[in-house]
Amino acid sequence: MRWLAAAALLVLLLLPAVLNSYAVTVFIFIFFYAFLGQAWNIVGGYAGQLSAGHAAFVGIGAYTSAVLSVQAGLTPWIGMLVGGLLSAVLGTVVGYLGFRFGLRGFYFVLLTVAFAEVCRIIALNTDAVGGALGYYLTFTGNPWQFQFQDNRVYYYVSLGLMLIATGIVAAIERRRFGAYLIAIREDESACEALGVNTFRYKMLAMIVSSFLTGVGGTFYAFYLFSLQPGAVFGIPLSVEIIIRPIVGGAGTVMGPILGSFILSPLAEASRIYFGQGGWAGAHLIAYGLLLIAVVLFLPQGAYPALRRLWARAPR
Amino acid sequence: MPPLLRVSGISKRFGGLVAVRDLSLEMARGEVLGLIGPNGAGKTTAFNLLSGFLAPDQGAVHFDGRPLVGLKPHAICGLGLARTFQIVRPFPHLSVLDNVRVGALARHPRMDEAREKARAVIDRVGLGAKVGHAASGLTLAERKRLELARALATEPTLLLLDEVMAGLNPTEIAAIVGLIQRINEDGVSILLIEHNMRAVMTLSHRIAVLNFGEKIVEGPPATVANHPRVIEAYLGEEYVHTAAR
Repeated sequence: MRWLAAAALLVLLLLPAVLNSYAVTVFIFIFFYAFLGQAWNIVGGYAGQLSAGHAAFVGIGAYTSAVLSVQAGLTPWIGMLVGGLLSAVLGTVVGYLGFRFGLRGFYFVLLTVAFAEVCRIIALNTDAVGGALGYYLTFTGNPWQFQFQDNRVYYYVSLGLMLIATGIVAAIERRRFGAYLIAIREDESACEALGVNTFRYKMLAMIVSSFLTGVGGTFYAFYLFSLQPGAVFGIPLSVEIIIRPIVGGAGTVMGPILGSFILSPLAEASRIYFGQGGWAGAHLIAYGLLLIAVVLFLPQGAYPALRRLWARAPR
Repeated sequence: MPPLLRVSGISKRFGGLVAVRDLSLEMARGEVLGLIGPNGAGKTTAFNLLSGFLAPDQGAVHFDGRPLVGLKPHAICGLGLARTFQIVRPFPHLSVLDNVRVGALARHPRMDEAREKARAVIDRVGLGAKVGHAASGLTLAERKRLELARALATEPTLLLLDEVMAGLNPTEIAAIVGLIQRINEDGVSILLIEHNMRAVMTLSHRIAVLNFGEKIVEGPPATVANHPRVIEAYLGEEYVHTAAR
């Protein structure tokens, strides 16, 4: 398994040398959504707290670093940490309200969606950040401004983000923190009886998750150069974030990556083939069907299923 | 030295129903106290009040001299008071080892250390052969042992056992009675809710009887078993008169 991962990493590092610019773009989206999925995985996959409003953290991270860069000249390399911190503050508020008052299941889902929607509406009505017109960045190609002439730099940056998040998740899984999160997902009351401060660990998971997601917002802003409230705070983005780890295997280290390798190209292909004939959004139908299939046939996601196959394979 | 556990006049009301009324108990270190009573007498509610899952409307609980009322269950566990659930709550997708390790992590934050401690506890409760099995695949008797092992892994000084024998066959009960005795001999005090009379009589140093939320009798097993109020609570008033004649 270790060798397989090392080989895969080597391939990914060398790949840009042979890929055309479009293929590089597809990989950037794979890595970036794998990164967001990995961040969500901590609170949604491991701790089992289904946040359906993670777009809020992307949006806050994106707007924060973009506005700081344009208004104050702060480099996004630092702005991404500021954006992450502000997202973590929002994550703390959402987590506190949800966990302190014991909102579980659907009620927690609704709480997170509500917060993301409130953020969207605030951004939509704040002229200082462009309101409904959106917020635009001018391309300078200055690396200090997180802007790169060569698409392949974005490739390596997004790959780096994915690897860092995956490293963090792997480290969490090996520690008491991770063991507690998994146990919380399984049975919260039993955890309390066994001395686990469930509130504290759920909060920690939410804070780490929202911080990382907020950091991802900066990549979003400085890769796409335009921020629309509906796009960065909207429910569709939250769905994009959630669906990859669920399809790949929520609560596993490899799940979000595998899910993104399955879904991101699928989204891209359906965007190309359906998008032209006035069928924009058709990939959401494909998502729906895929999600039904996963829930029916692979309820734990693709990665655990693959592992079982691997274990059963004759060698 | 204060008693290990002092329960002073706790009450709990659910709407119009008084589940526990003015209950007082004391436990000495090393003691096994049986808590018996008909269904609905308030035994499990009393457990929930002691372990922090419910807050009493009135009264106080002191463990080792420290007040418990207002503390969260995890904090109470941290002080050394652990409980099991009547309806066992294993982490179904986790292995037996991982289940017990969650308990061991309370005192041993390092994962490898916790794993070793968990292994030892699993062997002690006789689940050694099932270490790698998922909890969802265990039999009821095994799940009861797992429940016990997890609580034991938190290294309690007082263990609250809520009907760990319910649903087991006589052989399994005999085995678990022996296990509880060994745990007690190792210095863990035990508060036991149990319907199996023979097991309670064997294990308990003293027995307290609850009926309709109130303690009606308390004393050594032999006294309690023949007490008219206990017979009345279990079998009805008529039976007491018949027996007296």
